[in-house]
Amino acid sequence: MSEMPAAARAVRRRATTEEVHEGPARATAYVCEAASCMSAQAHDITLRLGESAARAGLSDVMVKRVGCLGLCAAGPLVEIAETGRLFDHVRPDDVEGIVGALRKVKPTDTRASQGPFFEKQVRVATENMGRVDPESLDDYVAHGGYEALRTVLSEMTSAEVRDQITQSGLRGRGGAGFPTGLKWTTVAKAQGSQKYVICNADEGDPGAFMDRSVLESDPYRVLEGMTIAAFAVHATEGYVYCRAEYPLAVARLRNAIRMAQRAGWLGTGIADTSFSFDVQVRLGAGAFVCGEETALIASVEGRRGTPRPRPPYPAMQGLWDCPTLINNVETFANVPTILRKGAEWYAGIGLGKSKGTKVFALAGRIVNTGLVEVPMGMTLREVVYDIGGGIIDGRPFKAVQTGGPSGGCIPAEHLDMPLSYESLIEVGSFMGSGGLIVMDDTSCMVDVAKYFQDFCRDESCGKCVPCRVGTTQLWMILDQITRGRATLDDLAQLERLARMIQRMSLCGLGQGAPNPIFSTLRYFRDEYLAHIVDRVCPAGVCTIEPAEVMA
Amino acid sequence: MTTVFTFRIDGKDVAGSEGQTVMEVAEENGIDIPGLCHLEGIHDRGACRLCMVEIAGSPKLAAACMTKIAEGMDVTAHSDVLLEYRRTVTEMMFVERNHVCAVCVANNHCELQDMAEGLGVTHFDLPRISPKVDIDASHRLFAIDHNRCILCLRCVRVCDEIEGAHTWDVMHRGLETRVQTDMGIPWGESTTCTSCGKCVQVCPTGALFEKGRAVARGSKTKRPFLPWMKVVAEERGL
Amino acid sequence: MSKPRIATVWLDGCSGCHMSLIDLDERLLDIFERADLVYSPLVDFKDYPEDVDVCLVEGAVSSEDDLHKIKLVRERTRTLVSFGDCAVTSNVPGMRNPIGVGPLLDRAYIENVTLNPQLPSEIVPKLLPTATPVHRVVKVDVFLPGCPPSADLIYTMLDDLLSGRVPGVVGSRFGR
Repeated sequence: MSEMPAAARAVRRRATTEEVHEGPARATAYVCEAASCMSAQAHDITLRLGESAARAGLSDVMVKRVGCLGLCAAGPLVEIAETGRLFDHVRPDDVEGIVGALRKVKPTDTRASQGPFFEKQVRVATENMGRVDPESLDDYVAHGGYEALRTVLSEMTSAEVRDQITQSGLRGRGGAGFPTGLKWTTVAKAQGSQKYVICNADEGDPGAFMDRSVLESDPYRVLEGMTIAAFAVHATEGYVYCRAEYPLAVARLRNAIRMAQRAGWLGTGIADTSFSFDVQVRLGAGAFVCGEETALIASVEGRRGTPRPRPPYPAMQGLWDCPTLINNVETFANVPTILRKGAEWYAGIGLGKSKGTKVFALAGRIVNTGLVEVPMGMTLREVVYDIGGGIIDGRPFKAVQTGGPSGGCIPAEHLDMPLSYESLIEVGSFMGSGGLIVMDDTSCMVDVAKYFQDFCRDESCGKCVPCRVGTTQLWMILDQITRGRATLDDLAQLERLARMIQRMSLCGLGQGAPNPIFSTLRYFRDEYLAHIVDRVCPAGVCTIEPAEVMA
Repeated sequence: MTTVFTFRIDGKDVAGSEGQTVMEVAEENGIDIPGLCHLEGIHDRGACRLCMVEIAGSPKLAAACMTKIAEGMDVTAHSDVLLEYRRTVTEMMFVERNHVCAVCVANNHCELQDMAEGLGVTHFDLPRISPKVDIDASHRLFAIDHNRCILCLRCVRVCDEIEGAHTWDVMHRGLETRVQTDMGIPWGESTTCTSCGKCVQVCPTGALFEKGRAVARGSKTKRPFLPWMKVVAEERGL
Repeated sequence: MSKPRIATVWLDGCSGCHMSLIDLDERLLDIFERADLVYSPLVDFKDYPEDVDVCLVEGAVSSEDDLHKIKLVRERTRTLVSFGDCAVTSNVPGMRNPIGVGPLLDRAYIENVTLNPQLPSEIVPKLLPTATPVHRVVKVDVFLPGCPPSADLIYTMLDDLLSGRVPGVVGSRFGR
C-alpha cells in the first residue's frame, strides 16, 4: 500500500457508518472522529463497536462516526444518542460495555442531563457537531442542511440575504469582529465583473482549534455558508485557505466539495437555478501571518505570503485585484442557521453589540479541555468553572489568555466579566479567534509574555522593520528579565518599544504582538518587578541567574 | 481630466492629482518625508515604516508612500512622536545585522548613514543582534554582503520591474529573511542575471557593491550600466 | 577657581580618534588654556585621578581590563563622552561578536601560527564574550560618533562643554 497520511486513509476507509444498521435504528452510538479523538485511536473503537454489535446480533443498532463531541480532554468519546450517556476515555476493553448499554436502550428513553459542560452551551455554528457524519452529504441534508441555501436561491434576492445577515448582528469570528453584513454589502456594491469569496481557515493561534473542529465535524455547513455569501455578493468562485497542518480537516473538506459538486450544491446551476459557484482548496505552508487577509490573498495568488498596507481593502481590491469577501470558518458556519431560523432569532442571543454565540477552544490548566460554544455575554467564570470544570487539581485561577499572540491575559478580578468583543478590549485583551488558555498559579506571567513574543518573532514575515526587528528586541528584553538580568531602565525601554511596534508595524501581527506585554504589565507588574528588583520568579518558573559583573 | 485635491501637510496647503501619494505631493512641495524602501520608478511596498505620517481623524499611522491623497486631508509628517519612532526604526536597521561603517564600501555614500545623521541618531539604545550572515561574492562583477542588507527590496523590484529578469527574490522569514538570486543558488551561477548592475545601483547601503572598490569608494552616482553588461556578454560569447 | 579637568581614555580602538583630537592643532592651545589634561595615553600619568570633569572614551569595552577601567572612569568622572564609533557602536572591534571568543583566538593564535602555536594566557587581559559599546556598560552623557569624529566636531563639543553649554554634536555621523 502506498504511503498515505492517516487522515486520508480514514476518509478512504469510509466503511463504518450505518454498516450494522438495517431499518430504523433503535439505538445509536456516536463515535467522535475528530482529530483529537482520532489521535486516541477513535477509529479503531468505531470498527470494534460495529463488529461487536454485529456479533451480538443487534441489527437495530447503528454505530455512527460523528464530528467533535467537544470534550476533547476525555477522548475517545462515545455517546449513546437516545440516552445521552457519554463514555469517555474509551479503550478497546470498554466496547462490550457500550454494546451492552446499546442493547438496553428502550424507545421510551429520553436524554438525561449531561452536566454543565454540555447543558450550558448554545450551539449554532456547532449545532451539527457530534450529530452528523462529517463525510456524508445525506446526513447533513437530513439534519436540515442546504435548507437555507435552497430558500435563498428560490425565494430571496441577494439584497434580502445581506439584510438578514446585517440584521442578525453577526460579526467576524476571526478576531476583529467587523460587522459581517457591512462587509458583504461592501463587496456586493464594489465595482468588478469578477468577485471572490474566501474562507479563512488558516487558524494559527497557539491553543486554538475552533476552525479545525468545525471543518472536521461539519464541512458542508461551511460550504453552504460560503455559497450563500457568494450569492449575496455576486461571486462565482471561492477558495478555502486551510493550513496544511490540518490534514483531516482538509481531507473531509475536499470530500465534501466533491460530494456537493456531484449533488449539484456546488458548480454550475446550483439547485436548478442559474446561480453558479465553485470552491477550491488552497493549503497554507505553515506561516501564521497568512491568516492576515492581504497575506492570505498573496498566498492564494501563489506569491510570498506577506501582508500589504490597507487600504485598499480586499472588499474593494482583493484576490487578483478583484472585490473579495474574506470571512473566517466560524463566521460562514453561522450563516445557514441564521437564514434558517431568522435574523431576529440570532440577534436575540448575545449581549449589546456582540450578537449570537462564540466558539471557544478551552486549553491550558483547565479540567475540561475542549471545544464549546456559548452565547455572547456569558461570564468568564461560567466558561471556566461551570463549563470548563475549573482548574486542574483545584489550584487557584490566575489568568486566562484570549486572542492568541495578539491578545491579552485577563486576571481573576475580571472573572465575572461578560464575554463580548467590547468587554474583552476594555480589559486589554481581544476576542481573537476564540482560544482560551487558562493559567493557574504555576504560570509566570513574564514567562507567558515571553512565550508569545517568541511566537511572534518566529512568525514575523520579515517585511516591515518594526515587527521583524522589534519583536526580537522585545523578546530579548523579556529574556533578560526572566533571567534576573534586567534593570528598571530595561523595563521602561520594553514599554517604549512595545508602543512603537504597536503603532508602526504594517499588519495585525506586529501591531498586536505587544499586547501580551501590555496586559501582563497592566495586571501583573508586580511579577515583572519581582524578577527585576528582588530577582525572584514568584511562580518558580524562571531560572534566575547569579548576579554577574556585566550584562 | 484629472481631479485635483487640495489638502495640508504639516500645516502647509498643497495640491495634487487624484492617484498621487502623500509622499509624491510632499516631494513636489519640498517637504522631506524620510524613506528607505521608497524609490521613484518602482512600486512602493510600505515596508521600512520611516515615512509613517499622522492623518487627522485616523487613529492609525499611515505609510506616506502608499497613501493616496484625498480632498481636505490633514497630514502631519513631522512631530516629536514621529521623529522618535523614525529614530527607533533607523536604530533597528543598524542593530539587526552587522553594519560597520568604518570598513564599508559605501561609507559616506550610504542612505542609512544619511538617515541616521538626518534624524540625529548618535547611538543605539537597542542591543545589537549580531547574527552570523553570509557574503556571496560568486558573481564576476558584483558581490552581496548580507551584513549590510536592510531588506528594502529595491534590488528585487528593480530587477523584476525595470530589467525584467527577476533574478532577485526573497527567502525565509522574520530575522532570517534574505534576498536571494534565482532559487537560492550563488549569484555567480544565476542564469537569469543579466549583470546589468541595476540592483547595485539602487541599493541604499553597501550590501550590493561592485567588486574591486575600496572602503568608502562605492559611490552610487554616475555608475555605468552598459559597460558591465558588455563585459559579461563578451565573456559569454554573445 | 581651578580649571576644569579633562581626561581621555583609550580602550579597544585604533587610536584614530586620539589622532583626530591631535588634529585640533593650534586649537589645542585654546582648549588647554581653559582646561587641564589630567590623564591620557598622550601624556604620562599612570593612574586615573579623582574628580575629572570631562572624559573622552575611545574604543569599545572588549576585555576585563577595559571593563575595570571604564567603571573606575565612570566613578571618577562628571561628564563621560563616548568618543568615536568604537565607543558608540563597538564598530570594528565588534566585528568579532558573531564569531565568538573561542574561534576568534583559535584563528589568530593557533590556526595561522606555524611556530609553537598557543593561546596567550599571561599579561594580556581576558577577552569579554563580546566587544560592547560603552553605554551598554556604564552611563554615557554625550555621544560623538564618527570614525573618527572630525577635529571640528571635537572642538565644537569641547568648546560647548567648557563653556557650560549643552554639547552640540550636530553633523556627527557614523563612519566618516
